[in-house]
Amino acid sequence: MEVNENIALEHGLNKSEYKKICDLLKRTPNITELGIFSAMWNEHCSYKSSRLHLKNLPTKGKKVIQGPGENAGVVDIDDDDAIVFKIESHNHPSFIEPYQGAATGVGGIMRDVFTMGARPIANLNSIHFGSPQNKKTKNLLRGVVQGIGGYGNCIGVPTIGGQTSFDECYNGNILVNAMTLGLVKKNKIFYSKAVGINKPVIYVGSKTGRDGIHGASMASAVFDDKIEEKKPTVQVGDPFTEKLLLEACLELMAGDSIISIQDMGAAGLTSSSIEMASKGKLGIEINLNKVPCRESNMTPYEIMLSESQERMLIVLENGKEEEAKKIFDKWNLDFSIIGKTTNSKKIELFYDQKKVTEIPINALVENSPMYDRKWKKTKLPKKNKFNKDNFQNLKIENILNKLLSSPNICNKEWIWQQYDHTVMGDTILKPGSDSGIVRIHGTDKAVAATVDSSAAYCFAHPLTGGKQVVCESWRNLIAVGANPIAITNCLNFGNPEKNVNMGEFVECVQGIGEASKYLNFPVVSGNVSFYNETKDKGIKPTPAIGGVGLLKNYKDMITMDFKKSGNVVLVIGKTEGSLDQSIFAREILNIKNGPPPEINLFNEKNNGETVLNLIKKKLIISAHDVSLGGIIVAITKMCIRGNKGIEIGKTNQLINQFQYMFSEDQGRYIVEIGKDNYKEVKKVLDKSSVHYDELGVVLEKDIIIDDKTKLSIDDLRESNNKWLKSYMDN
Amino acid sequence: MNSSVIIFPGSNCDRDMDVALKKFGFKNKMLWHNDTELPKSDLVVLPGGFSYGDYLRCGSMASKSRIIDSVIKFAKSGGLLLGICNGFQILTETELLPGALLRNKYSKFICQNVFVKINNSDNKYFKNIKKNVLELHIAHNEGNFFCSNDQMKEINDNNQIAINYCNQNGEINDIFNPNGAIKNIAGLLNKQKNILGMMPHPERMIDSYLSGEDGSIFFENLMGNLK
Repeated sequence: MEVNENIALEHGLNKSEYKKICDLLKRTPNITELGIFSAMWNEHCSYKSSRLHLKNLPTKGKKVIQGPGENAGVVDIDDDDAIVFKIESHNHPSFIEPYQGAATGVGGIMRDVFTMGARPIANLNSIHFGSPQNKKTKNLLRGVVQGIGGYGNCIGVPTIGGQTSFDECYNGNILVNAMTLGLVKKNKIFYSKAVGINKPVIYVGSKTGRDGIHGASMASAVFDDKIEEKKPTVQVGDPFTEKLLLEACLELMAGDSIISIQDMGAAGLTSSSIEMASKGKLGIEINLNKVPCRESNMTPYEIMLSESQERMLIVLENGKEEEAKKIFDKWNLDFSIIGKTTNSKKIELFYDQKKVTEIPINALVENSPMYDRKWKKTKLPKKNKFNKDNFQNLKIENILNKLLSSPNICNKEWIWQQYDHTVMGDTILKPGSDSGIVRIHGTDKAVAATVDSSAAYCFAHPLTGGKQVVCESWRNLIAVGANPIAITNCLNFGNPEKNVNMGEFVECVQGIGEASKYLNFPVVSGNVSFYNETKDKGIKPTPAIGGVGLLKNYKDMITMDFKKSGNVVLVIGKTEGSLDQSIFAREILNIKNGPPPEINLFNEKNNGETVLNLIKKKLIISAHDVSLGGIIVAITKMCIRGNKGIEIGKTNQLINQFQYMFSEDQGRYIVEIGKDNYKEVKKVLDKSSVHYDELGVVLEKDIIIDDKTKLSIDDLRESNNKWLKSYMDN
Repeated sequence: MNSSVIIFPGSNCDRDMDVALKKFGFKNKMLWHNDTELPKSDLVVLPGGFSYGDYLRCGSMASKSRIIDSVIKFAKSGGLLLGICNGFQILTETELLPGALLRNKYSKFICQNVFVKINNSDNKYFKNIKKNVLELHIAHNEGNFFCSNDQMKEINDNNQIAINYCNQNGEINDIFNPNGAIKNIAGLLNKQKNILGMMPHPERMIDSYLSGEDGSIFFENLMGNLK
């Protein structure tokens, strides 16, 4: 097929990009070459709209072994151990085919982690759906949850946490972000950089089929009415093969035969081979007839662009081929020597003894387009004035019941009970907690992990929202007693070619950067998903932050359930009473404008470090961060989990009780402390100038507010549990 | 005491079982599905997971694996053979135990704690356990035990039901049946009571920081009964 501009446009390239390709090659590309360019230059692989802004993120720190740019980030967790982790989106495929889209999302992120030599020890996910009333929502949710479970459960990696939200902005574009943590010895980390010429290039894993061709291009375009036609571009997952691939790779990695290794993810063999060569400043030569194919008569174009799952590319030391092949034979996986490294600095492909592709690597990588897209700043919205009229006829118990059973606050057990969260025998804090925790097998250490996002805040003011998500992640780690180490981010946004969407991206990233820098909580890996837009309607900006922290001794873990009646309950951090963008304002008062709660990074850091200090002194018995729904929702969850009650005394007199209970002011925690320790706790808090309120005293049962309102824990639990189950089962 | 855990491609609870057996004093060996000889063992375990991907019926491929002949020989000569979760499915597929494990009634994977009541304690697995009701953990998609009326009659006549799903007070009824299993069957013995298949995972409940500690009771007791 003769390539021309129209064919280039069909591949998602624009006119100037096509011209640039012809200039770089000094000729017209053939169809295989055009396919390779389009795969490497699409938004998903090239980060052409985001690169300019991402480079401002703080990525270094004492604990950072590997920042962004590799398959995943790596952080030091003391001794010889390191944690490899990353989050990645699989939004577009999951909307088209929820089960396979979500399943292969989980498979892909796990491969990114074990490519680096790490055994996956925990999975998490952040999933977002349209309004529950939307007719597609239920099936999408069911399919995504089954897909995530179907893959993770089969591999035998526990899913220890996650987040689910509903908002009509996701009606046409759901979000499925999957995160994996793996454990590796510091001296056994594997990278993708190829070193040395004439080294054999090995293909292992599943055979290559026609599935997923142009998957990465699909993820780089908006949806229209014809999305159903894109079903063939969704890959199909095979968790059993991935399990074999995982065990085989780890077995090979125990020796010293691997020079570099890279999984075939987005854009398959194309991006994996080019990335390895590019990082090593080498060339690569591949004989496409040697690639194991599942279907007959596959063309070079199809082989290079297939996104078949469960495949890896390895550069081996010379002479190690037999040893390596034995391992893959044992696990019944394909093993084929498909090429070698060269000093040509080109990718050269052969098929039926003919050279079918010759492209300089730097044309594909260094010369890939980078855009400084136009973007629009979002002004900080004006605050709403709340007065007594707003709260007339409102009763705390009614609102509380309504919020507890609302889609975004309700108990998500229906979801996480479908994920195996206990396999591997080290999960000590399950989903539904501030963070999930797994022990580092055979040691006293444990890692905590959480995924968070706040689209409402990011939509109202991206800069503040970006900061807030990082702070929330940090708080969720501290609340379980973990020292926050680093984050990974999954940046889900609309169309970058629209200045409003691009502005949301730029300012969220700026906010993420500011907060992570201030909190010394660097970004070590991540992924950008643009074009979450259907028929001109984009999603709210939804950066998801995956945070990881360390507990030196897992026995020091803190949980949120109230433990003992008579204990004192404090609110750490100041309650200003700002209601704008709170779920109370949005869903009860129906006020949807206004700014998100302010972020004061100094207080955030000071409050968090002080709570950690109290935990280290063993003065805190239970803890929970205050987020969606404010103080009252936070303490209700602590009551439900501990099957205890609380008597709340006269609270802050300066602001209205509704503002006190429902505001979502940041940097706050609820903690339970022993009566006898109160004095010492006060001393620590005063010394650090941390604001705190005495909220009340733990009771055997019931929440009692001001002697007037009495709420039964069983009723509140029922409210919290019922919605999702009845929604899904009806 | 010597134990052996069989690893099939796709097994994923093999390590957890190894950890648990060692913790309670077994000298454990891991065997590969392509091995043919069983080492001398006082207990052989078929662990949980998705053997061969479970793409055919769960456990059916494993029931035709190379190692399985020696496992069957071992069990038929009276050796203790324990199948957990996928291991239970393999036991029904090899017909060492009657019945079959179907898809859960609500077509969902279920990972949660359950209570089980010990029905038959006249065997090496449950003899001497002081509690009647244990809190254990399940994680499966196909745990809905089913069998024919004739098989059920035989199961009852031989008192083969090991444990039933129940509530914490030991009441057995539909509400406490997580997967639709006939008669709330969570674990089943063969006639000779040396083979036990069960859906719950005792190996996931062996210290207070995990889902619970009743798994420790199971292993400690088993070790005690073997000594």
